[in-house]
Amino acid sequence: MNNILNQIGIENYIFLSILLFCIGVFGVLYRRNAIIVFMSIEIMLNAVNLLFVAFSTYHQDAKGQVFVFFSMAVAAAEVAVGLALLVSVFRNIGSVDISNLKNLKG
Amino acid sequence: MDNSLVLLLLLTPFVGFLFNVFFGKKAGKTISGAIGTLAVAVSFVMSVYFFMQLNTSGKPIAVTLFDWIQIGKLQINFGILLDQLSLLWLLFVTGIGSLIHLYSISYMHDDENMHKFFAYLNLFVFFMITLVVGSNLLVMFIGWEGVGLCSYLLIGFWYKNQDYNDAAKKAFIMNRIGDLGFLIGIFILAYTFNTLDFLNLGHSITQFHNLPIPNGVDAWPLLSIAALCLFIGATGKSAQLPLYTWLPDAMAGPTPVSALIHAATMVTAGIFMITRMNFLFDVTPEVQNIIAIVGAITALVAASIGLLQNDIKKVLAYSTVSQLGLMFLALGLGAYNVAVFHVITHAFFKACLFLGSGSVIHALHGEQDMRKMGGLRKAMPITFATMLISTLAIAGIFPFAGFWSKDEILMTAFEHNKVLWIVGSIASIMTAFYMFRLMYLTFFRDFRGTEEQKHHLHESPSLITLPLIILAGLATVGGLINLPKPIGNGWLNHFLEPILATKHKEESIFEGNALMLMAIALTGAIIGIIWAYSKYIKQGFVPKEDAEIVGFSKTIYNKYYVDEVYTALIVKPINALSNFFRTTLEPALGNVIYGFGSAANGLSNLGKSLQTGSIGLYLFAFVIGVLALVSYLFLAQ
Repeated sequence: MNNILNQIGIENYIFLSILLFCIGVFGVLYRRNAIIVFMSIEIMLNAVNLLFVAFSTYHQDAKGQVFVFFSMAVAAAEVAVGLALLVSVFRNIGSVDISNLKNLKG
Repeated sequence: MDNSLVLLLLLTPFVGFLFNVFFGKKAGKTISGAIGTLAVAVSFVMSVYFFMQLNTSGKPIAVTLFDWIQIGKLQINFGILLDQLSLLWLLFVTGIGSLIHLYSISYMHDDENMHKFFAYLNLFVFFMITLVVGSNLLVMFIGWEGVGLCSYLLIGFWYKNQDYNDAAKKAFIMNRIGDLGFLIGIFILAYTFNTLDFLNLGHSITQFHNLPIPNGVDAWPLLSIAALCLFIGATGKSAQLPLYTWLPDAMAGPTPVSALIHAATMVTAGIFMITRMNFLFDVTPEVQNIIAIVGAITALVAASIGLLQNDIKKVLAYSTVSQLGLMFLALGLGAYNVAVFHVITHAFFKACLFLGSGSVIHALHGEQDMRKMGGLRKAMPITFATMLISTLAIAGIFPFAGFWSKDEILMTAFEHNKVLWIVGSIASIMTAFYMFRLMYLTFFRDFRGTEEQKHHLHESPSLITLPLIILAGLATVGGLINLPKPIGNGWLNHFLEPILATKHKEESIFEGNALMLMAIALTGAIIGIIWAYSKYIKQGFVPKEDAEIVGFSKTIYNKYYVDEVYTALIVKPINALSNFFRTTLEPALGNVIYGFGSAANGLSNLGKSLQTGSIGLYLFAFVIGVLALVSYLFLAQ
């Protein structure tokens, strides 16, 4: 198993994860389209999953990989709910631009 | 069998009450009155039945209806005890109660709320029976509070008159002061003996008495305090100094109410209670002294106020207070049987007097001022005759009932303390004077009212005169139940022996000293009568108008300004305090509370502005927050 990490060092996985995560964060912060915001969140989630798997291999411990399966299952459920919400929002407002969703203003 | 009969005795008036409350108006006045009267009459019949049973078997009837309260070692049953004392009270409460109900059918017939009146009267009788038959202090207390409530309701029966409502409130509050004392007394006894049952209490206290230092704790002062507290309760209910002022004002109620509640039955509850607890008072002589002194002073003060009152019912009210004072005098001297004797005879003649005055007021269409009466003798012969008999009885003229009972009180006082005897005798002379003053002003010389009233003068209908005649008869022969030796055999004294803890050595004997005392009392009464005769018949004196009364008479006429003193000393300070609380303390406290509210409000307004509704901003804050958390965790390590 070690040979995979020998070919590409663990630090590369970490950098990739950080990069993916930051892309996600900035996507969430800068984009106005709710679907893209949603996709950015998924990217962040997958960045973390990647890190999990990498460390799991590094530590020779399968727990991390099991955790990722759970995480993916939850993410799938979350996507289903989130997309349903977006569809509903679009039906009501006619747009998925988050700057239009201001009805909950205090 | 006994159980259900006891329940019948107790609950019939309550059923009458329920009927009159729910169906009285629909049933009509006659039926409502008849049901009310019947309900009490049934109780009377049951009382007679139990009385007969007791007389043959000699054993008191004790019934436990259910277990009521059980806390730790303290156990209280809802029990009923029909012994000599409670049966005597039952007999005259339900007996006189029935007569007064009968009287009320006619007297209240013009009142639109007659069914309500009978409902309250029935409820009163129910509570009075509860008070009397309870086998422990707590059941008695239920009745005690209940009769207070009914008294309040009936004094304020004509609720459209604000003065009457005030009188009702006064009676209620004055009673409440006494009731607090009563309640504290009950608590002390429950704390000390873990029981409130009369028989157990009597047993415990008698045993207690024989032990030098009970349980290593010196509990004697506690007993004295308990006795004193119970006595305070009695002063409230039985209108003794310093709580008597409610009773004269209670005359605002309809006259049958004054006769039933404020003369014959309810106000004797204090005497009943003290007689019930005689074992306690016997071991606390210092409290007995207080009772005797308070009784004597009340008798004198109330009698002196009665001398100058012009309202026919007020005279009778002060007379009641004064007579109750004499009874307390007897209680204080440990002569419970004598006090009970006077309670019974007093119930007869005072009920008759009140009903008679009601008959007069009825004939004069509500006029109560004796200055506007006079000469009613010819128009109302039956009322006159019955009232005359009762007046002779209350004045203590041989051989009417009051002579025997009052004489025994004075005789007991003479044996114990000459000062008390003198005070009691003076009160008796005053009684003779003001009662005959009442008779002379009401029934003799010429009528002083309006022409129209004179035209309408009439004797009252037979429903009113019948109870008067019966009561006058009882007032004549009532003394028979306890004639002193050797003419009688002191039946009442023997009858009451089982319920008294301390047996009385001295039998009242009809000889020597006693004979002389009787002669003195009789002479005193006759002096009072002659004094009244010369002033109101010979000189034809009519009391002056309120404004013309001056000097010491004015002080007496205004009841020694006791009400004014109470107002100045108690009511005004309390009002001032309440006013202070209302105008200063409440707003101050309120502002503090409101302060918290408005501070929270301001803060939330501040926080509200953060919630812009812009999801972008929320996400930004979220990311910043996570970053802050993460960097904090790093830095903290």
